[in-house]
Amino acid sequence: MTTHDHIDEGARVAERIERRWATLSVAIIVVLAGMAAFAGIHQATMPQARVETIQPQTIHLTGEFIESNLGSAVEPDGSVTVRAVGQQYSFTPQCMVVPNDTPVVFRATSPDVVHGFLIQKTNVNTMLVPGYVSEIPAKFTRPGEYLMPCQEYCGVGHEGMWAKVKVVEKPEFLSMIAANRRVTCVE
Amino acid sequence: MLSSRRLVLAHFWLAFAAFGLALLLGAWQMFIRSPLHTWISNPEWYYRSLTAHGTVMGYVFPTLVAMGFGYAISEVSLKQRLVGLRWAWAGYWLVVVGAIMAMVPVSLGRASVLYTFYPPLIGSPFYYLGVVLVVVGSWIWVALMSVNLHAWKKANPGTSVPLPMFANVAGSYLWAWTAVGAALELLLQILPVAFGLRSTIDAGLSRVFFSWTLHAIVYFWLMPTYIAYYTIVPRAIGGKIYSDTMARISFILFLVVAMPIGMHHTFADPQVGAGFKFIHSAFTALVALPTLLTVFTICASVEIAARLRGGRGPFGWIKVLPWSNPIMLAVAFSFVMLGFGGAGGLINMSYQLDTSIHNTQWITGHFHLIFGGAIVIMYFAIAYDLWPHLTGRALADLSLMRTQLWLWFVGMIVTTFPWHWVGILGMPRRMAYFDYGDPAVATQAFSVTLSAIGGFILVASGGLFILVLVRSHRAPREDAGAYRFAEALHAPVAVPALNGYALWVALMVGLTVTNYGFPIAQLALRKDTSVPAVYVGANP
Repeated sequence: MTTHDHIDEGARVAERIERRWATLSVAIIVVLAGMAAFAGIHQATMPQARVETIQPQTIHLTGEFIESNLGSAVEPDGSVTVRAVGQQYSFTPQCMVVPNDTPVVFRATSPDVVHGFLIQKTNVNTMLVPGYVSEIPAKFTRPGEYLMPCQEYCGVGHEGMWAKVKVVEKPEFLSMIAANRRVTCVE
Repeated sequence: MLSSRRLVLAHFWLAFAAFGLALLLGAWQMFIRSPLHTWISNPEWYYRSLTAHGTVMGYVFPTLVAMGFGYAISEVSLKQRLVGLRWAWAGYWLVVVGAIMAMVPVSLGRASVLYTFYPPLIGSPFYYLGVVLVVVGSWIWVALMSVNLHAWKKANPGTSVPLPMFANVAGSYLWAWTAVGAALELLLQILPVAFGLRSTIDAGLSRVFFSWTLHAIVYFWLMPTYIAYYTIVPRAIGGKIYSDTMARISFILFLVVAMPIGMHHTFADPQVGAGFKFIHSAFTALVALPTLLTVFTICASVEIAARLRGGRGPFGWIKVLPWSNPIMLAVAFSFVMLGFGGAGGLINMSYQLDTSIHNTQWITGHFHLIFGGAIVIMYFAIAYDLWPHLTGRALADLSLMRTQLWLWFVGMIVTTFPWHWVGILGMPRRMAYFDYGDPAVATQAFSVTLSAIGGFILVASGGLFILVLVRSHRAPREDAGAYRFAEALHAPVAVPALNGYALWVALMVGLTVTNYGFPIAQLALRKDTSVPAVYVGANP
């Protein structure tokens, strides 16, 4: 009888410790999800929220992604919008120029297959899926040249698909844009 | 000895042979894109190799291990002859034919689309058909596991299903439903285009379909490893399972929450809205729960073994563990890699942090550490543990086995840690070469070289593993006795909810429908987002 009691007691202790650990595990998970929600509400880097579609076969002919409209443009509120297209196996424009310390929005899409859009040393990192427009807000704080590789397998030329982003001081950018409606590094 | 031993051996040998070949391809890829080699003159070769490596390691190798181990579990834990042996062989041959059918076009360069398919890229239809056959073969296994369990339940009404079989069947149901996402993508979208019946495809929709499979498949790979944690490790080191109930809860949690979380792979995708991305992120946090529970239960089970061996003190017991036992070594390595890999995984699933490492080399490092490291090292342990019972010959050389496990562990760390690092620097994935002459890339050259060296260590370890198994077939005959699984400290009580699956499978399907139904329906109804297929290799 005493052995039986002893086993029961052991089982009870085992269960209690186990329940404590399970509670702690649940708490960890609730905190993690709560942190994500909190950071999301407070405008940290976020995944793209809205789904925007576009006819992939006609982007070269009509709409905002025609060739003459690609590159950086200044909006009325002083922010900058950069429009780009990724296709097998290059980006257009091949080198984008943006001002330092200014809100920038990248808008990009693909006419053929899935590509990636990643600017090294920043949090700009998204997918280009044909049929959909990707929109990424960013703000650069250090002038310089950044590499922009395609990070998604898009065919056998994928490894050669690299572009550049050049961050320049604001006055330099404004003088570039004064002479042109849309600017890239190479004019 | 098992009546199905030939069947189990056939599965394991095919699995490990395919694994060995794919391992060589992987090491070659590490080498060819590292600074140790000049630029590959034809990058197409790299992508052939990459497609073969991923297809074998993702679809063929773990599936065969799960199938072979599953048949052994069914017979050993239920103490009943395997029902449907002929069907099992039919499933095996379907996997063989499927694997060959898929690999022929890949090696000819007609299907360099990677194992993740990536439509609108389209390869030879035989590649996809081969993958479908592999999956169909594994579905026969799923059905057989269910049939065997029901036969046993009929003969043993009201008895608690043995834990190994309970987990095994949970894993098989998980796989059956996991594979549906990719199956829908293949049957509804890719194959009609590959056969030329249709010419356009919605890449956004196919990415959502694939995410359904892509995450939960990892938990299918994980199942044999977790079953080994719970039911092989405690017995092999002379301990007991701390809690049979918690083990069952963990496996049920995997079944229910592994599926409706896959969209964390599409955080950066423009075709999915914020709401569903956040829901999937929160559900992904939930799937950490069964792993946290498992870590506790296994550590406690190992501690029981140590206390039984006379271990004392809060940590002093660790010293008296049987470290010369390969299974002990394997589980310790596996846990270390699971810890690092799991921490990395928390970053990947995070709604915000993901953006800094999405689709970089960090991700490749992450899943190699989790799958190739934590999971596969336990596949080795399973093979070592079962082998004498399959061949009727002893595995004598323990030190060779320990060397093999050490090499795999060290190789994995040397490969994946620098891999994670260059990922943080923004190095992109799936590239046949890098321009190390560029100052921005030059800083990553050293890390990539280290990774390649890790790859060579892994090849050495893989070679030793095959050697150990081959040598055992030549060892003198020796009866290993009846195979048995670990027992629980406190005998399980048959709780209906923890003894069947109806409720849990209903939840699994229900949650998948609520978390995937709307996004899929919305994308499927769109007509203006499809693009013409881009055929890879020769014309279709």
